[in-house]
Amino acid sequence: MRSIVWPLLALLVILHHDFWFWDDPTLVAGWFPVGLLYHVVLSIAATGFWLMAVTCAWPTDLDDESVVPVPSDNGLAANAAAEAPQA
Amino acid sequence: MTSLIIIGIYLAILLALGVCSNRLFRGTSLDYMLASHSIGPFLLLMSLFGTTMTSFSLVGSTGKSFAVGIGVYGLMASSSAILHPLCFFMIGLKVWRLGKTHGYSTQIEYFKDRLDSQRIGWVLFPVVVGFVIPYVLIGILGAGGTINAVTQGVFPDAFASSGGGVPSWLGSLVICGVVLTYVFFGGMRGTAWANAFQTTVFMALGVITFFVLVKGIGGKEGFLESMQAASSAVAPGKLSREAMPHRIYFAFLLVPFSIGMFPHIFQHWLTARDANAFKLPIVVHPLFVMIVWAPCVLIGTWASAASVGIPDTLPSAAILGFLVNKHSGEVLSGLLTAGILAAIMSSLDSQFLCLGTMFTRDILGRRDGDEKKSILYARLFVVAIVAVCYGLALLASTAKNVSIFNLGIWCFSAFSALFPVIVAALYWRGLTKAGTYASIITTAAVWIVLLRDSDWGNNTHYSFLGQHQIVTLVAASTMALIGVSLITKRPSEATLAKFFPDNRTT
Repeated sequence: MRSIVWPLLALLVILHHDFWFWDDPTLVAGWFPVGLLYHVVLSIAATGFWLMAVTCAWPTDLDDESVVPVPSDNGLAANAAAEAPQA
Repeated sequence: MTSLIIIGIYLAILLALGVCSNRLFRGTSLDYMLASHSIGPFLLLMSLFGTTMTSFSLVGSTGKSFAVGIGVYGLMASSSAILHPLCFFMIGLKVWRLGKTHGYSTQIEYFKDRLDSQRIGWVLFPVVVGFVIPYVLIGILGAGGTINAVTQGVFPDAFASSGGGVPSWLGSLVICGVVLTYVFFGGMRGTAWANAFQTTVFMALGVITFFVLVKGIGGKEGFLESMQAASSAVAPGKLSREAMPHRIYFAFLLVPFSIGMFPHIFQHWLTARDANAFKLPIVVHPLFVMIVWAPCVLIGTWASAASVGIPDTLPSAAILGFLVNKHSGEVLSGLLTAGILAAIMSSLDSQFLCLGTMFTRDILGRRDGDEKKSILYARLFVVAIVAVCYGLALLASTAKNVSIFNLGIWCFSAFSALFPVIVAALYWRGLTKAGTYASIITTAAVWIVLLRDSDWGNNTHYSFLGQHQIVTLVAASTMALIGVSLITKRPSEATLAKFFPDNRTT
């Protein structure tokens, strides 16, 4: 599944450029311009795509154990470590 | 008057939220600037979405749809629905991890470390702040214009020169004051709470607005009949994109990448409690974009019909307010205006806090452990920034026919041009200090030249070599970044090992 995430994203971007509805003022159900309806559906499809992406292609190196604050000149890391609840 | 009272109550609730969040304040700069990395999925979703959606999304989209029709949705919204989550996924997650590991609270702190360059801030800071300011002005101008439009005729004697409505300068001043108050007291936690509340409000009231305006504009008994009547009255050219050049549409695909370099979005990413907090914003963001933008675009398009009676002299920023005022009762009008203001303020607060944080951390360099002084300076900077932005908004409002949409596009174009910098910093070992300087300076220089060439944004059909300015800016910035990086010295191996520990990204 992970391997199809990027091709699917590219497909969404390509589908975004819908020259096929460019000059079409048709009103679906008598009120919804077809060019707008298409993009509303595309937005819903984007939600589905990103749900799949976070399910199938979520980075594996982001769990709490692998993200450990280290002391640095920036100060806030040490500050964060001090504020973290003690186990 | 009822509308004003409702708006007043809404603003009072926001002030109360700021005060309440202050009770949870832990007294550290980490808490003030980043809410101690405690923001969970829901608050992160609402913060990111609320910050992304501004008056540009409500007032600007309605005004632009009024002018050009339904194409505005594809131009700005559906591209954002696809590409904003991409930025959260590819940039936000990495930034969060680096910020949590190394203690960054601003973009510049990260770039200093990544590039082994303590002076990068002297170039990046003025450029980023200079590009954020127009974005802030969009909010301030939008708020003043909305309040003025919805209160027309309420004070015929006191404010005769502004159509009997609360003058824009006064409306903007009140909004700035409210946002300043809850940011001042609540810091990032107050901002996140306020964002969640305001995002809920503007989405809920946005849907209600749509239902009310459909009946008002369509003028029929039934809801469906009203929508059909409203659509059938619109010129066919505005129900399609026949007047929209393909190259412009394609160029606008670059606009959503701007959020990858927005400093206030960067700061919100850093507030996440853990990586999993990003999942909800990534998935739900496109749906939220659709819920906010589709009704606005439809309303704006319907309003373009002659039968709706929008006065020719009405500025594009005032169209939504005008419609709300005309087609709803006083109570609903007040509620709906509160919704519009919610969208505006949910961006202004993050921008003000972020600029205050940047001044404190990047310019003043407060990281000596004196927490009380750091917080004091951050708050003072927030006050100063609000005052300066408000002054600039007053100046901008004197310009003839300021278009919120155009002002926004110039601002977004600049941040899109800086997007290659953050991508390269996160994914390309070959990025050098000199390459980054070259890219930032090229972006700033080309932006100023093009803006001047476009009559300071007044030429809305401006193009350079036949291309929209955003294409020119992104191309120039990318070429400078890659070209100079290839011939200059990389950061030390120790630095590269710190940011590319697994050595997989080349």
